Amino acid sequence: MFGDFDINFVIFGVMPYVALTIFLVGSIVRYERDPFTWKSSSSQLLRRKQLIWGSILFHVGILTVFFGHLIGLFTPIWVLDAIGIPYALKQWMAVLIGGPAGIAALIGSTMLIHRRLVDPRIRVTSTFPDILIMVLIWLQLAIGLLTITQTLQHMDGSEMVRFMTWSQSVVSWNINAWVTVVDVHWLYKLHIFLGLVITALFPFTRLVHIWSGFAAPFRYLLTRPGYQIVRSRRHRPLEERRRAYDKVQAKRGPTATTPAE
Amino acid sequence: MRVRAQIGKVLNLDKCIGCHTCSVTCKNVWTTREGVEYAWFNNVETKPGTGYPTDWENQKRWNGGWVRSASGKLHPKQGSKWRILANIFANPAMPEIDDYYEPFDFDYDHLKSAPDMTAFPTARPRSKITGERMEKIEKGPNWEEILGGEFSKRSQDYNFDQVQKDIYGEYENTFMMYLPRLCEHCLNPTCSASCPSGAIYKREEDGIVLIDQEKCRGWRMCVSGCPYKKVYYNWDTGKSEKCTFCYPRIESGQPTVCSETCVGRIRYLGVILYDADKIEAAASAERETDLYGAQLDVFLDPNDPEVIAAARRDGVPEDWIEAAKVSPVWKMAMDWKVAFPLHPEYRTLPMVWYIPPLSPIQNAAQAGQIAMSDQMPDVRSLRIPVKYLANMLTAGDEEPIVHALERMSAMRLYMRALSVDGVRDEAIAARVGMSGRVIEDMYKIMAIADYEDRFAIPTAHREQNEHGADIRGGCGFTDGNGCSTGEAGKTTLFGGKKKKFALPQETF
Repeated sequence: MFGDFDINFVIFGVMPYVALTIFLVGSIVRYERDPFTWKSSSSQLLRRKQLIWGSILFHVGILTVFFGHLIGLFTPIWVLDAIGIPYALKQWMAVLIGGPAGIAALIGSTMLIHRRLVDPRIRVTSTFPDILIMVLIWLQLAIGLLTITQTLQHMDGSEMVRFMTWSQSVVSWNINAWVTVVDVHWLYKLHIFLGLVITALFPFTRLVHIWSGFAAPFRYLLTRPGYQIVRSRRHRPLEERRRAYDKVQAKRGPTATTPAE
Repeated sequence: MRVRAQIGKVLNLDKCIGCHTCSVTCKNVWTTREGVEYAWFNNVETKPGTGYPTDWENQKRWNGGWVRSASGKLHPKQGSKWRILANIFANPAMPEIDDYYEPFDFDYDHLKSAPDMTAFPTARPRSKITGERMEKIEKGPNWEEILGGEFSKRSQDYNFDQVQKDIYGEYENTFMMYLPRLCEHCLNPTCSASCPSGAIYKREEDGIVLIDQEKCRGWRMCVSGCPYKKVYYNWDTGKSEKCTFCYPRIESGQPTVCSETCVGRIRYLGVILYDADKIEAAASAERETDLYGAQLDVFLDPNDPEVIAAARRDGVPEDWIEAAKVSPVWKMAMDWKVAFPLHPEYRTLPMVWYIPPLSPIQNAAQAGQIAMSDQMPDVRSLRIPVKYLANMLTAGDEEPIVHALERMSAMRLYMRALSVDGVRDEAIAARVGMSGRVIEDMYKIMAIADYEDRFAIPTAHREQNEHGADIRGGCGFTDGNGCSTGEAGKTTLFGGKKKKFALPQETF
């Protein structure tokens, strides 16, 4: 029964679904049940030094890399063909944009890890998941940058297309997706594996603030017309109450009061 | 007109003795938890001084409050929405904990557990953050108490703007006053405007500004947005916290803890009706010196039948309207014009107001006589420069301050004549545009300050906005993660700390 067992199937065929399920369900459960723990866990108050540069380099770098992966991996291949982007050009873009961004993020995260481990104030106020996730992300960045050495050997984009096929097959429920990546270089495999581990750990760490970080601009800029927020305990809008009040006042006879609300 | 009610507050600095009872009782109730040891929702500063956190009044440095653009629009001084979002990774205007002070405790245990030694054992300080030894304490919550520290440092005080401050460094000319500070529960708060998550809100029914602890994500923009630096980041929970105006007490008609325990009876609480439609225009007044007057225009006269009708129409409860009529805050701010907003130039329209202190005559010691103008001591020659008070309370406009100080000193003259000579001297009252009756009322409220005269707080109407069935089985008032069930050992599954839920127990 286990004669055909292939570890590649577990990692690239099954694990994506496990990780994505934990990621989504875990996030929803945490948001619903433990909203008080949902936060960015900023340590800027305790030490400004190394945070300003470290945090900005890290975040700008890793957001660029993140969106690069998102767009790069999940744009259907036929779209590339339709608008006429050669695979080699896309591969070059990936290296030229992702490379510097990855380096910026690596420098930033190195500064942040150093600060977290060496600064006594930050060290004692760190939790185990705080440190674990930082180290994993640092490793992931380093491995990601190392894969560029392999990528440079086939700049025609052939490997890249295989990863695109794999990612798109996974999200389109193609159970044989894992076959496309069985014989890529082990650095790529390690990068994917670690990525899935981080995805699975996501709901249990401070990483949940990423959801809020993406939501904040929409909430702040689009769904909030002015600056101020006033919370009311009225059961109906003010205009509606005024109409109801005026109606009662207009009646003849002893003036009936409308209770305040 | 859109009528809303707020529980406003006035602090009579003329009577503050700097005993810190307000700060201590507040701390005992609200901020003895880990992560907010450094935070004082209420603190008392000695002025002149740079305050807590250091130099908080200097918005060139901290970028708090609002600015008015050339087109007359307001935006937070730290930047409009785009700028605030761009600074989300690292907030350049946020103070570090050392700008407040590093919280510390002393090794008291060493005093009793020390071995036999040649020297007497001492209790040395230890950091409340790291637990490590602190060799030297550089700062505390009240570092400049009673003019502590050298004048060169204290004179960095922002309120010395346009004051010839050098002479106040001399022993004979020095002056001092106390400034108790808490959240201003502004009509136009910059903290809530700066929050990208929308976690900070003003309550429509009583004007209290609160932070929703479950919506706060720790982006920290409120800390830098608030010009009074009265929003504190809890480094343990990763959420911001601020003065709650003791809303559980206010809702049940009780004064806030700081007001209740005030030894000098300087704190007053009462309803102020205001027109929410006028807030924006008032906060955008062109000249900074117009802001005080503009805010007075936002307030609505609770004795005006039109206002009463509009208030009823907008759903202000009847007992709140009645409370507004007897509000000591209204009397001091509007009728007598002796109370002023703290730093109106920040454009937040603060709702905790201050009565400036009288002080001894500055020149009396030198000249051997009292500077008099029109048979009254000239308030411009008081020891505390009027300009200094004006910089603090009216954006530098001296006239309203002089007017208030004259009324307060007239009150003393009038009451002296009444109690020593038994004469009701209406001339004194008339000189400051008042009548003897009004002055006697002023004396009753400001000087005698009975409990019933200081606090006129209507209860919240929970029966109208809460349904008992909805809140049945709710977890009530908890701190932190008290309601969560996601527990796993010492911590919860999602990293929050597990806090034991303790029911209050009677001990015999």
